[in-house]
This record gives sequence, C-alpha cells and structure tokens, in this order.
Amino acid sequence: MDFDLNEEQRLLKESIDGLLTDSYDFEQRKKYMAEKGGWSKTVWLKLAEQGLLGLPFAEADGGFGGGGVETMIVMEALGKALVLEPYLATVVIGGGFLRHAATDAQKAAHVPAIIDGSKTLAFAQIEKNSRYDLFDVSTTAKKKGDGWVIDGEKFVVLNGENADTLVVTARTKGDRRDRSGIGVFLVPANAKGVTKKSYPTQDGLHAADITFTGVEVGADAVLGNPEDSLALIERVVDEARVALCAEAVGLMDESLKTTVEYIKTRKQFGVAIGSFQSLQHRASDMFVAAEQARSMSMFATMANDFEDAKERTNAIAAAKVQIGKSAKFVGQQSIQLHGGIGMTMEAKIGHYFKRLTMIENTFGDTDYHQRRVADAGGLI
Amino acid sequence: MDLAFTKEEQAFREEVRQFFRDNVPPDTRRKLVEGRHLTKDEMVTWWRILNKKGWGVSHWPKEYGGTGWTSVQHYIFNEELQSYPAPQPLAFGVSMVGPVIYTFGNEKQKKKYLPRIANVDDWWCQGFSEPGSGSDLASLKTKAERRGDKWIINGQKTWTTLAQHADMIFCLCRTDASAKKQMGISFIVFSMKSKGVTVRPIQTIDGGHEVNEVFFDDVEVPIENLIGEENKGWDYAKFLLGNERTGIARVGVSKERIRRIKDLASKVESGGRPIIQDAAFREKLAACEIELKALELTQLRVVADEGKHGKGKPNPASSVLKIKGSEIQQTTTELLMEVIGPFAAPYDVHGDDGSNEAMDWTAQIAPSYFNNRKVSIYGGSNEIQRNIIAKAVLGL
Repeated sequence: MDFDLNEEQRLLKESIDGLLTDSYDFEQRKKYMAEKGGWSKTVWLKLAEQGLLGLPFAEADGGFGGGGVETMIVMEALGKALVLEPYLATVVIGGGFLRHAATDAQKAAHVPAIIDGSKTLAFAQIEKNSRYDLFDVSTTAKKKGDGWVIDGEKFVVLNGENADTLVVTARTKGDRRDRSGIGVFLVPANAKGVTKKSYPTQDGLHAADITFTGVEVGADAVLGNPEDSLALIERVVDEARVALCAEAVGLMDESLKTTVEYIKTRKQFGVAIGSFQSLQHRASDMFVAAEQARSMSMFATMANDFEDAKERTNAIAAAKVQIGKSAKFVGQQSIQLHGGIGMTMEAKIGHYFKRLTMIENTFGDTDYHQRRVADAGGLI
Repeated sequence: MDLAFTKEEQAFREEVRQFFRDNVPPDTRRKLVEGRHLTKDEMVTWWRILNKKGWGVSHWPKEYGGTGWTSVQHYIFNEELQSYPAPQPLAFGVSMVGPVIYTFGNEKQKKKYLPRIANVDDWWCQGFSEPGSGSDLASLKTKAERRGDKWIINGQKTWTTLAQHADMIFCLCRTDASAKKQMGISFIVFSMKSKGVTVRPIQTIDGGHEVNEVFFDDVEVPIENLIGEENKGWDYAKFLLGNERTGIARVGVSKERIRRIKDLASKVESGGRPIIQDAAFREKLAACEIELKALELTQLRVVADEGKHGKGKPNPASSVLKIKGSEIQQTTTELLMEVIGPFAAPYDVHGDDGSNEAMDWTAQIAPSYFNNRKVSIYGGSNEIQRNIIAKAVLGL
C-alpha cells in the first residue's frame, strides 16, 4: 500500500504544473476563451509537445504507456488551472475507446493525430431521454453493404463543436433500453448528414447538439463488436468518471486555497474575516470535504484496474457520489465565504464553482450513482 | 501509488483473524455486537489473553513489550479487532499513560508501571476534565501542593471513564498557580485507593454508568509519582492526545455496525417486505457506506504516510479522522434506530445483563444511539477539531 507518487510521476506533475503556471493564469484563460472554438490551439500544442496528449497510449502506438495515476495527475492539474482544452473528450474518452477497442488500422488512423495535437475527438452519447443511462440508445446504425447508416440525435456533446472525429453510440439491434445491440462508431465530423448546433456551456467549455441523418460510414468505422459494446462503453465512461473525480479534486483544492486566502485578507469590523470562528469552521468543513474527495479520487483511480467489472464500476460510482457531494459543498461555500465578490464574473472563484457544478451532472449525478451503489448492495 | 496489501500483510490479516476466532470468548463478542456493556472481568480476561499472545501493547517500543509491527500491520490489527468485534485495549493505560511513561518517565517508573499496564494488573483512568475545564482544559484547578516528600492533592475531576473499576489515575494538577495557565501544570499518577479519593457515578442518557466524578480531598501522593518534569504536564498531555491519531476513526467499528444494520434490515419488515428493499432506506445506507469508504481511504493515506515518513510530521488529513469517524459512528446508530422503528421504545429495566431474552435483539439499540452522541464530544469535541484544522492546517 502506497499513496506516494514515484519519481517519474513526480516529474510528470512538476512538468504539467510548470506549464500551466506559465501559460494558464486566470487572465490568460480569458484570452483563450475568446479564441475561435473557445480554447487555445497554442496551449494544446504545448500539451502535445510535453507528451501529455500521448500519455495513456501504449508505447507501441507512439504513446507513453501511462496508467490511471498518470491521468489522475494530469486531470488534477487541469482542474486546478481550470483548463478549457478538450483533454477529457479527446485523450481520456476518445483515446479510451481507441485503446480498448481499435484495430491496428484504426489506431494508425487516429492515435498519431491525437498525440501530435492535430486532431480532437468528441463522444456523442447523450440522447433526449437517456439521461445518465448508457444503454438507453435510440440512435440507430443500420447495415448497408459493408458499411453502416447512422440516424439519430445526440445532445450536449462536449467538444462537439470543434472535434474532427465523433465517437457515436448507436443501436444496431433491439429496443431503446436493451443492454445488448449497441455499437460504437467513429464518424468524421464533416461526414455528409452530420449537422451541429454549437453553444458554449455554463462552465465555459463548448458543446453541440448533433443530428445524424442517413450518415454513411464504412466497415472501418466500427469500434469493437457492433452488436454488443455496452461493456466497452461502460469501461470508457468509468475511466472518464475517474478522470472527472481527479479534475474535481484539483478544482476543490484551488477553490479552498483561494477562499482561505480571501478570508485572510478581506477585512470587516477592523479585522480579517477569517478570524471569525463561524467562517473558520466552514473552511475546516471544506477542507474535510476536499480530503474525503481526494481519498475517493485515489480509490477510483486504483479501482479502475480492478479485474471484476462490477466491483470496478461500483467503486467508481461510490467515488462519484463523494466527489459530487464534496464538490457541491466546497463550491457553494467558496461563493458564500467570498461574499458579493464571489457572485461576479470578474472573480475567478465563481468559474471554479460552475465547473464543479457541471462535473456533478456529467456521466451520472450524485443521486444516480448513490442508487447504483445501493442497488449493488453497498460497499461493505 | 498502490492500494493493494502485500502477500505478507494479507497473511498477517489472516493470522490476526484466526487468533480472534480462536480466542475471543463468544459471549464477549455477542455482547459487543448487541451493543451491550461488558463487565470488568470480561474485559480483563480478554486483555490478558491478548497480552499473553504478545499483542497487548502492540504499538509500544519492542523493549517495553511492543511488537515492532509496521504502521500497516497496526492498521490491520485494529481493523480486525474492531470489526470482529473484540474489546479494544484499555486506552487509558495502553494508549495514553503508557506512552507518556516510556517517553518521559524515569527508569524506576517504567519498571514499576509498564508491565502492569500491559497485563491490566492496574486499571487506569484519566484525570483531565474538570467541571469548569472541558474544551478549555488548561484552565484546570485541581491543585497539587508539595509538602515534604508528598504531593497533597485537592480538587475535582469529571467525565472520568470507568473510574469505578480503576486502580490508578493519571492526573493533570496545577503545581504553579502564578504561571501562565499551560505552564503551571504537572502530570502526576496515583492510586485510586488512596485516602481522600471519592468516586461518584454519573448516569448518562442511555441509562448506563461509564463516567464518574472523582473528588480529591487532601490526597497524599509520594513525590516520586510525578512523571517527567514539574510544570511540564501540559506538554505531556498534548503528546498523549496527539499520540492516537488513526485509531480514533474507528472504521472497523462502523463496518461491523453496517453489517449488523444489513442483517437486521433484511429481517425487519416495512410495508410488508424487508426494510432493506425500501429504496429510501437503502440509499441512506449506501450514502453512509460511501462516507465510510472515503474515511477508510483517508485513514490508509495517513497510515501509509506514517509508515514511510515517520510520525514526526502528521499528515494534514489526520485531522479529518476524528470528525468524520464520529459522524459516521453516529449515523450508523441512527440507521439502526430506523431499522427497528417502534421497537426502539421499550426500556429494558434489567439493563444490559441479557436476562430479558425477549428484548435481546432491540434492547440496546436506542441506548447505543443515545450513548454515541458522546463520540463527537469526547477526545476534543468536533468543534475543537475544526478550530485545530483552521489554525494548524489552513493557517487562519
């Protein structure tokens, strides 16, 4: 049992923290936000230069063979700096599908372009009524010759506005909520029949609602088994949840730090407001919440390697519950302790709160995952 | 980072578990599961079994009878002990006064007291809190005056746990009234059988008798019973309170209680089916289990940190343990109350001697709920813990 980072992991942490300290303060972030697409291509290429976009890919595929801990380190750092670039959508999720299910030819077509920063991906999964159920898929993929024809609507596709390739879940067999009959398809974003309605999200990212109308793709678009890929989807989404847990820990750390600094310097009644016990206790509770979240983020990172899929997903669900609760508390109290200034767009704390809030509602909220843990018979 | 226990650690867990299976008296275990109080005999019997095995004072240095285990082994031992469940060693002797004596006491004191603590030949109690000195412990007034080769002790202690069984007390006494309040306190040990010591029971809201008031009326104590230096007692008290950082989370206790909740909840019906099938109840239980898992991980982080970097610089996460540990213990007792519903009400006038079999399975659940309100109060209340985090961790 060991919770420390090894030497290589420490270096990785230093390297990404260093990069973001130099190129990602709150003012710089505002500029990136105003760029076309809502994030900075320059920063993205810097991440590529440092090898971070190739982190989880196997060395044979041109990557660095990093594991869960390496992704945790990066996601925490990205959270801390409130990074806008599509690391989750491209490297963690898109990359996850490629790592777990792509053929050599599919890898050759996509992985090098991800690693060098020339290409980003997006995961088109959410449907109008699917909410958080990954198996609730109405979008269809029908066989046509060697290839497939995709029809359906996907919503809130993160990085959907900018992605070059879409990873689309679609039903090849069965009814809307059947657990079997679901496939995963790689669809070029500029394919005929793909239409997008793009918009910024509440937390400053960008997403799109995407309609697929008779979109034809070849046989090489299929990832894994076109008739039975729910386990693959669950596996990759679990990895995304783990990454979000780590990002949230980074966000909470920075929120707490910023808030503590604020109440140490803000004076009322002639003293720093941090000298008041009611505020001290609130800050202590924020610390407790953040530490519990960190513990569960680590647990989720390690659970990701559990061999038993049920045990893995149950542990990650539990982590997402803790992260959701802690994130809500730390986020809300950060605003409260900042007072009026916390309500302004100008102060950075509100932006952390908004990202934390959106994370809770991504890939299953607290109630959703708590129910899953309860239905699985708990953890003990 | 690696969550897995090594093969050796897993084998150690099995060894500990097997020892408990073979050696914990079944009746003792049953009483703990049901939340009953144990008699002095039952506790001492078990502690001597443990001591005979060489595990009575496991975390002491080897030269005083400790095991030389790693932090992880201590963690495993405690978890297995709590979740079996078996009675935990008497903290007042083993975790509190023992380490003070082997760290600050002289050779004579070590020889005299340590083996007797290990074998519970002396039952120790703690003389810290006073009626006017709870969270503000340093304001204590119990006085020790030097007269010839004796200390003359006058004053009153309170919340003295199991003083009714005690042979010895370690006591914070004011020895210099003119010094700043933390500076004039000494750490003195003496016999509870001394002339002038009176123990008066306090009945707590669960109906039990765990705590007492203890009065000192011109109690004469040999001068050599001072531990360490005169007027340095506050330092020793801080050492003592900071010593037991990880056990306080009581993760094993809460795990055991969750197993009991699940067991009862699959038998007790609500709406014509076992209450465990009720979605609202199940989700509440899951929420508690998730909190507990997070706490377990936090504790493991602290344990792993101590193992690697020593106990010198406490991991800031350790201050989470008391707050969350006590909250979760309280939640588990609340959930038990919820499971038994109307059967929480009957008050067993026989107390917890088990003579009323009809009430056996429910009798101690409400008292245990009432009793567990103490866990967020004792050992530095949770509000004091928040003060500590604010000051020591956040720098406020």
